[in-house]
Amino acid sequence: MRPVEIKPDVHWVGAVDWNCRNFHGYSRSPWGTTYNAFLVKDEKTVLFDTVKHDFLEHMLCNIAQLTELDKIDYIVANHMEPDHAGCLGELIKLAKPEKVFCSPMGKKAMDSYFHDTQDWPVEVVASGDSVSIGKRTVQFIETRMLHWPDNMFSYIPEDKLAITSDAFGQNWATSERFADEVDRSFLRRRLAEYYANIVLPYSPVVLKTLDALAGMNLDVDMLSPDHGLIYRGDDVAWVLDQYREFAEQKPKNRAVVFYDTMWHSTEKMALAVADGLIDQGVSVKVMSVKANYHSDVMTEVFDAGAVAVGSPTHNNGILPELAETLTYIKGLRPQNKIGGVFGSFGWSGECVNILTQWLEDMKFEIPEKGIKWKNAPTHETFQQCFDLGKAMGQALKAKL
Amino acid sequence: MKKYVCTICGYVYDPETGDPDNDIPAGTSFDDLPDDWTCPVCGAGKDSFEPED
Repeated sequence: MRPVEIKPDVHWVGAVDWNCRNFHGYSRSPWGTTYNAFLVKDEKTVLFDTVKHDFLEHMLCNIAQLTELDKIDYIVANHMEPDHAGCLGELIKLAKPEKVFCSPMGKKAMDSYFHDTQDWPVEVVASGDSVSIGKRTVQFIETRMLHWPDNMFSYIPEDKLAITSDAFGQNWATSERFADEVDRSFLRRRLAEYYANIVLPYSPVVLKTLDALAGMNLDVDMLSPDHGLIYRGDDVAWVLDQYREFAEQKPKNRAVVFYDTMWHSTEKMALAVADGLIDQGVSVKVMSVKANYHSDVMTEVFDAGAVAVGSPTHNNGILPELAETLTYIKGLRPQNKIGGVFGSFGWSGECVNILTQWLEDMKFEIPEKGIKWKNAPTHETFQQCFDLGKAMGQALKAKL
Repeated sequence: MKKYVCTICGYVYDPETGDPDNDIPAGTSFDDLPDDWTCPVCGAGKDSFEPED
């Protein structure tokens, strides 16, 4: 896609990845994504971030429509992950910039990604540092662990523009560049999906960063993440509010029942647990881990106040795809969940204890003992599972 | 007791508060943290910490 002037002399020069379906190899991105980079033409010409290496030519073509490459004076690398710094090496070679700015942690990441950086004109900047580029100033704000140690924001007060790296991003490939040009509920879903799968473990950092930003009294009327749509006007406050809500992780009247199954016994139990939750007025989603990729399960877990997990016992353990989903979810450290477990077994029946341990390790509140049943379930099994779901629903309602 | 800073993410371990989320009671000095204790923010090990200036 061609450059878009988002403010006078501030141009989007990134790339739209229409066909990305698995973001970074762990989070499904069925609607594609974008890699946003920005070129500011002032007395100094400044490039903010680059794109994933596959899209080097797209970005070079965009830049070429605005300036010659060797007219780029400064490059600001807000984050060294390869979807943003993937073209940094080539850009430095081609543009021969006077300076390349990155955070202290960014320098460490840069050296360990690119290795031959000793001749690069790097200037390390910390929070509070700024550089004049003519009529404008660029202020740097380190945002460690949002979501890597090296992330930082760049803020241009004269344009009231914040470039926020991965924070506030969404995986959504669009021809529109602004959030106010697209469907709001779909946008929110993409924002939540990105948060749940990438930012969630660092929610305490998000809250601190939001407070710090509020304390700095920055005047921002445009906020540009490095993925997806750009927020302007009232949408800036909107997205900050969304992030605060996401980070607080207050329980919602929603539940997920996810499971794996061999001969449908555990699957039938899952449906009975769901019925118990529904009986308590909880909105429920039932997900087989064979039909649902771990990141899709995670997005629902993030949005839920209660989570029920089921697996049959298999070789004295649990089924591998369920273990995979649990490993992924645990790493993202969801908070404030009500939990419950269930599963069928043939002879040894370890599944329920193992699943309980998983949920306890994640500090889920478990109001009711897990349900296990030998081989094929009966009406009695379903009643127990229904009661489990009901108890979870009651415990959740007490927390709302 | 001295505070220690995570060199990866900037988290500060304060012995006065400990790390209650990970069962480390208030009053535990950095040296007395278990060897397998990790930074509650980024997961870095104890060897990534330095005393606060």
